[in-house]
Amino acid sequence: MTVCLKPTAGLTGKPFHYCPGCTHGVIHRLVAEALVELGVLERTVGICPVGCAVFAYEYFNCDMIEAAHGRAPAVATGVKRVLPDRVVFTYQGDGDLAAIGTAEVVHAAARGEKITTVFVNNAVYGMTGGQMAPTTLVGQKTTTTPFGRQVAEAGYPLKVAEMIATIDGAAFVARVAVNSPKNILRAKQAILRAFKVQLAGRGFSLVEVLSTCPTNWGLSPPEALKWVEEKMIPVFPLGEFKVPEGEG
Amino acid sequence: MNKVLMKGNEAFGEGAVRAGCRFFFGYPITPQSEIPHYLARRLPQVGGVYLQAESELAAINMVYGAAAAGARVMTSSSSPGISLMQEGISYIACAELPCVIVNIMRGGPGLGNIAPAQGDYFQAVKGGGHGDYRLLVLAPASVQEVIDLMALAFDLADKYRNPVMVVGDGILGQMMEPVELGPLPEVSPPPKPWATTGMLGRKTRNIVNSLYIEPEEMEKVNLRLQEKYRQMAEREKRWEEYRVEDAGLVLVAFGMVARIAKAVVDRLRAADIPAGLIRPVTLYPFPDVPLVRAAERARAFLVVEMNAGQMVEDVRLAVCGRRPVYFYGRTGGMLTTVAEVLSQAEAIWEGLR
Ligand SMILES: Cc1ncc(C[n+]2csc(CCOP(=O)(O)OP(=O)(O)O)c2C)c(N)n1
Ligand code: SF4
Repeated sequence: MTVCLKPTAGLTGKPFHYCPGCTHGVIHRLVAEALVELGVLERTVGICPVGCAVFAYEYFNCDMIEAAHGRAPAVATGVKRVLPDRVVFTYQGDGDLAAIGTAEVVHAAARGEKITTVFVNNAVYGMTGGQMAPTTLVGQKTTTTPFGRQVAEAGYPLKVAEMIATIDGAAFVARVAVNSPKNILRAKQAILRAFKVQLAGRGFSLVEVLSTCPTNWGLSPPEALKWVEEKMIPVFPLGEFKVPEGEG
Repeated sequence: MNKVLMKGNEAFGEGAVRAGCRFFFGYPITPQSEIPHYLARRLPQVGGVYLQAESELAAINMVYGAAAAGARVMTSSSSPGISLMQEGISYIACAELPCVIVNIMRGGPGLGNIAPAQGDYFQAVKGGGHGDYRLLVLAPASVQEVIDLMALAFDLADKYRNPVMVVGDGILGQMMEPVELGPLPEVSPPPKPWATTGMLGRKTRNIVNSLYIEPEEMEKVNLRLQEKYRQMAEREKRWEEYRVEDAGLVLVAFGMVARIAKAVVDRLRAADIPAGLIRPVTLYPFPDVPLVRAAERARAFLVVEMNAGQMVEDVRLAVCGRRPVYFYGRTGGMLTTVAEVLSQAEAIWEGLR
């Protein structure tokens, strides 16, 4: 028998609490694998968000801090300034990063803070019951946009990767998705690269990951993966929006 | 020992540096701006980091991260800025991280003004943010005491793994007084084996957290915190007494107002009115000990504050109905003058006869 998927030392092995079909777990694994492959797990400090990943400190096998809603980039800044030789990352949802914590992430990027942000965009507030997020698609039904998001009232989805890429202090910005094996492999490469950029001291790095929320989208897990492909990617195109100068 | 003339706000900065603080995160607001001005220059000289945050929300959360990483760290602000920090302060209190927060209070509520006031007493000593928590709160009354209490603040923060707030007002921040500064002391903060510094050979992970989803767990944390606050109350009450031994009328005031009250005591004594002063140095835990003692002899208390009557509630709790407790205060950044307080005190004494 060939073992094709072994547990990673980057995770504690505690079973995830995420809903069936939720890709938060996949993203955790990719981050954990990247830290192990780079050999930095022992000197990593991770910052958890408020949102469905609020218990991430139970899963990542390294020192972890639980931050207030949206404030993870500020907490990460405090850690990194005290311990500049450590690897510091934040793991944040779209409500956390793109609503209440917009200022913190923008200014961490502007300062060129040498931290890595894993930004999980599932177009909804998962934990609190599927309310509209800044990333909710136009027309998308949520518990607070029962008739679908209307531009006239609720505006447009916020494109975080594109926005952060305009900031000089941001060294690496990419958007990936975890809806297919191919995209998962690409996501892994982007996350690895983001940490490498941090290790090289080049500045702020952010990977936006398009993720599923079958529970709040009211879809089955396979339908949710399809929804990412068909509805989300056209609005949130995948790709690298910024790479360090001199690196192709 | 060399004496130097120093501005109060600068003394908050120098006192922090002398206490071994090497990290400052803040956001500008009057009347405390000389603290960041001073530290922006001073911290790099001692290998420290000064960082101007994008807001008070960010500043206090940077403090949270730096404290979690094991550093001696501080922030400073003034009333509206401190309000914005309350979320973070509650998190820091629950996660049991040591840090120092300076509040140079100004006239409020709202945007208020930049004149000296004491209107944030409730916010400082009764919690301020959400949930059941307490800060240790220190209130210096001179520039020298700023230096001394900043050292104490960092020691207490580490000892109890609790945020410590040091409160002053615009007068203390802006006035210059001579202070004694010896050579930069050697500071060795206690080891912080709980800090999130990366495991680096450590067998177990360190987690800094304030999330306890099970009510049983959350209550356990609260009980532990309350036990800590009880120990603080037992060991850390600090105050200054002035001519209280035979006092019939005891004034109670903190910070700069206590210096005005002291002058009033001297004037009353000169007029043969046996007055004294109790000046709480810790506002939390509140030093009820000298009040309980004074209540045996004194006939009345007069609390003087630059607010609408906040500490007077703690004085009444301590005196517990045994003696009348009067209050005199000005708000909005209006100064209490010696003459005003004197006439209040004289009227009270007259009424007792
Ligand atoms: C200050 C504050 N406001 C609101 C909340 C409630 N809250 C918890 S999670 C959440 C939304 C999180 O959504 P997102 O960041 O998109 O993460 P997801 O749950 O979708 O993974 C909100 C609003 C809170 N905990 N703190
Ligand atoms: S609510 Fe949505 S985001 Fe949260 S765990 Fe469930 S599927 Fe995942």
